[in-house]
This record gives sequence, C-alpha cells and structure tokens, in this order.
Amino acid sequence: MYSEKVLEHFKNPRNVGELEDADSEGTVGNPVCGDMMTMYIKVKDDRIEDIKFKTFGCGAAIATSSMTTELAKGKTLDEALKISRKDVAEALDGLPPVKMHCSNLAADALHEAIKSYKEKTKNE
Amino acid sequence: MSIRVYMDHGAGRSVDPRVLEAMKPYYTERFGNPASFHSEGFKTLEALNAARGSVAQLINADPSDIVFTSGATEANNLALLGAALRNRKKGSKVMRSAVEHISVINICKELFRDGFEVVECPVDETGVLDLAELERLVDDDTVLVTVMVANGEIGTLQPVRDAAELAHGHSALFHTDATAAAGQVPLDVKELGIDLMTLSSNDIYGPKGVGALYIRKGVRVKPHMIGGGQENGIRSGSENVPGIVGMGEAARLARQEMEAESKRLTALRDRLIEGVLAAIPESYLNGHPTERLPNNANIRFSYIEGEALILSLDDLGIQLSSGSACAAKTLEPSHTLLACGLKHEEAHGSLVFTLGKNNNLDQVEYVIRELPGVVERLRAMSPLTPEELR
Repeated sequence: MYSEKVLEHFKNPRNVGELEDADSEGTVGNPVCGDMMTMYIKVKDDRIEDIKFKTFGCGAAIATSSMTTELAKGKTLDEALKISRKDVAEALDGLPPVKMHCSNLAADALHEAIKSYKEKTKNE
Repeated sequence: MSIRVYMDHGAGRSVDPRVLEAMKPYYTERFGNPASFHSEGFKTLEALNAARGSVAQLINADPSDIVFTSGATEANNLALLGAALRNRKKGSKVMRSAVEHISVINICKELFRDGFEVVECPVDETGVLDLAELERLVDDDTVLVTVMVANGEIGTLQPVRDAAELAHGHSALFHTDATAAAGQVPLDVKELGIDLMTLSSNDIYGPKGVGALYIRKGVRVKPHMIGGGQENGIRSGSENVPGIVGMGEAARLARQEMEAESKRLTALRDRLIEGVLAAIPESYLNGHPTERLPNNANIRFSYIEGEALILSLDDLGIQLSSGSACAAKTLEPSHTLLACGLKHEEAHGSLVFTLGKNNNLDQVEYVIRELPGVVERLRAMSPLTPEELR
C-alpha cells in the first residue's frame, strides 16, 4: 500500500529530533486525529541552515515529515514556503489517497515555522 | 527474513492440512450436485449432511437448524435483516451491543434506513455488556437483540446467556455472532438460549468463503437469496460442497482439539501480556483481564500510533493488527475501544495480537524481546513523549 520510498523514509527517517537552538518551530495536527508534527528550523542568511522534526502518527506521517526536511534544507525561506503537500507526496512516489490529507501535514508545519520566524524577525 | 511470527489470526487463518485433504475429492472426483437423483448426487448429499452434522455438534444444535452461507457476513445479514424484516409486525426496535463487528453495525444501519429504531447497549471499560442497561432498554417493541459471544478485537467474552434471557422476557429474538469465539470456547445453543448464531469457517481453520447460521426451529427469517430453494429455501444457490465439507471437517477437529488448544493458547496469551507489560513502560491491557478469548491480547502504548508500530514489526517478521484509525479504511479509531471509554489518542496506539495454531512460546518470547525497541524508537520520534521516557 505504501511506495518503496515511503517505507524507506519511515524506516530511516532523516533529521529526526529537536533542534536545541532552533530559531523557530511550527506544530500542526493533534493527537486526537492520530497525527501531530513539529518542525524546528535554524535560519542563517535567510536560508534554512538546519531542520529537524518530531512526529506522532502513522508511517505516512513519519515519511512525509522526513521528506519535507530533505526538501527544505538549504532552501531560502521563500523557496521553502513554496514546498507544497503535493511536492512532498510526489517526492515520495505518491501516497495512498486516504493518506493525502490527514497524514501529509509536514509541509504545513514547515510553513508554520517559517511564518512564525518571519513574524519574530520583522521588527528586529 | 526467515522469521515469520503471524499473530493476526483474527484477520485470517490457514486452512488445516487435514481439512484441505478432506475437501480435495469434492473438487475433482465427487463433483455431483447434491440435488441430483443419481449416485453422484447422493454421494455429495451425504457429504453435505455429514458436514451439517459436524457443525451442529460444535454448538449442540440439531443438524436441520444449520444453514450454510458464504461466510459470517452473509450469516449476519440473513440473521438480522432476515429476522427483523420477517418479524416486523412484532415491533420496530432492534438492539445491539456497542462492540459488535462492523458487519452487524452496518446491517443495523440498513435496518434503521428501513424504518427500525436501532438501540445501542453500552459496555463497561473492559468491554463487557451492561446487563442492567440492556434490561432497561429492551421492551415489548423489541424484535431482535444481538450480542456477540466474544469480541475479536479486545477478546472480551459477553454474558450472552443472561442477555438472551432478557430478550426472551420480552419475546424478542436473540442473535449472537460467534465468529471469534467458535472453536475456542464451548458453545451450546440450547443451554445459552440462542435463536440465531453466526459461525465462520475460516475462523476455525476451514476454508474462506464459507459460514453458517444456526436458526432455531420455529424462528422465521426472510430469505435474502432467492433461487432453487436450497438450504430449506432459506439460502438458495447450489451448495459450495467442497467448502462446506471443509467447514464440517474443521468443526469436527475444533470440537476434538478445542480444550487442549485453548489451554495452550491461554498460557501463551498470559505470558505475552505479562511479558510486554513488564518490558514496556506506559503499556496497558485493553479488554477484560480474565474473561477474554484464549487467543487474544490487546495492548496499548502511550504516545505512539498503531500503524507505525505494525509497519515496524512487519520488518521484524511479526504480523499484527491495530485499533488505530490510520490502519482502518474509515480513518476512525476502533469503535470497540472508544465504546470501552478510551480516548481517541489512546485507541490510536493499540496493538491486537490474535494467536493461533502456528504460534509457540519461542515466538511469544521473540515478540517480548523485539517490541520494546520498536516502541522506544517511535516514542523517541514523537512530540508527545514525556522527557523521562525519551
């Protein structure tokens, strides 16, 4: 039911954990629905220098979180804001239809983290 | 990966090799139609009757009260739709427990669309039917009460004898789905006061695509498969003779071997529960501690999600089910766990172990050894895990 790539990212997720000195973080979902994820970002010269995630959820939730961090790392904030749920799913060779909405929230968490960072630094 | 620890017998079982042997001749040599008036037909009719006898014996029924179907789902349809529609003059209420199989729940929804009032009777936190509540709910307008013998997901055994008595007190019919329980616990339709009982062939190591409904003599059901009048006119269609022969042989073996096998499974189950709960912090048993099926353990783990657990365990050769929404087509967590009062986030982290003939103590110990690492890995990834468990 899952692509090889989803399973590979689920088994060996990239960038798992918390960033101690994160510049911003974003959380979406909730445990009641069965999926919740937090993205931590470290920003340097308007670029995502480092990124990590923590996820509660199914295989797809963990794999999309992992893939999102890979897609976002090294990108400028504006480039990273353009990463969509669809991009993440395509990079994983697709997701089962039922998983497209509930478990594909990682891009949203990334956007939350970036928006919150922009908000914080706006007045500096 | 050579290790294969299959602990999902509630979802599907192997066919016992002795059952398969008994079935084989009915595909290639004895293929006559039991309705034919020649020796080939007589031979298969004889086999059909023998199978009916074996299935009847498993539940202490009269052979003429057994109707073969295409499986437990069809038997549930025939029982619930058939009895409610045939007896609708009696009343407009149908009652079911909150932890019935999804087929029973959806059939009741169909009855609701057809004008019946469907009443759900709650269970306690271990999944046991609230008899006091059933007594309050059931009335003279009740046509039918359905309560399963045991829930296949949490294993909890139900007080069907008492529930049947309450139903009969108001002249309502009593149906029980014995799919998960048959072959594991002794069943006696006469002693329990059952009017209709659903049985599945595969759940007693018979072939898939076969089941049976016990219909006590005198109970009327509306047939839903109209045709040549087979199965006493209640379920038409030329009989699936090889499948029925297989179910008969499976029932015969189940009756012979149940006592020893259930004892063996109970010991494995108890070791599994004790071992996992001891090895993993914040793990809890779902269902009743003692009044449960010999082969069932249902354990939940805080802060993680069941589908991720299943995928991880599959990599280690361990196959299980989960009560998680993500492992379900509906994206809703198990209605059974919610009916027991679990929160959504608790239900998401549940694993269902259903043991069977192919499992042994080595496999149980393997699961107890491997599971803590899997839980730990997923907990380390989860934002919900408290500091002290990381």
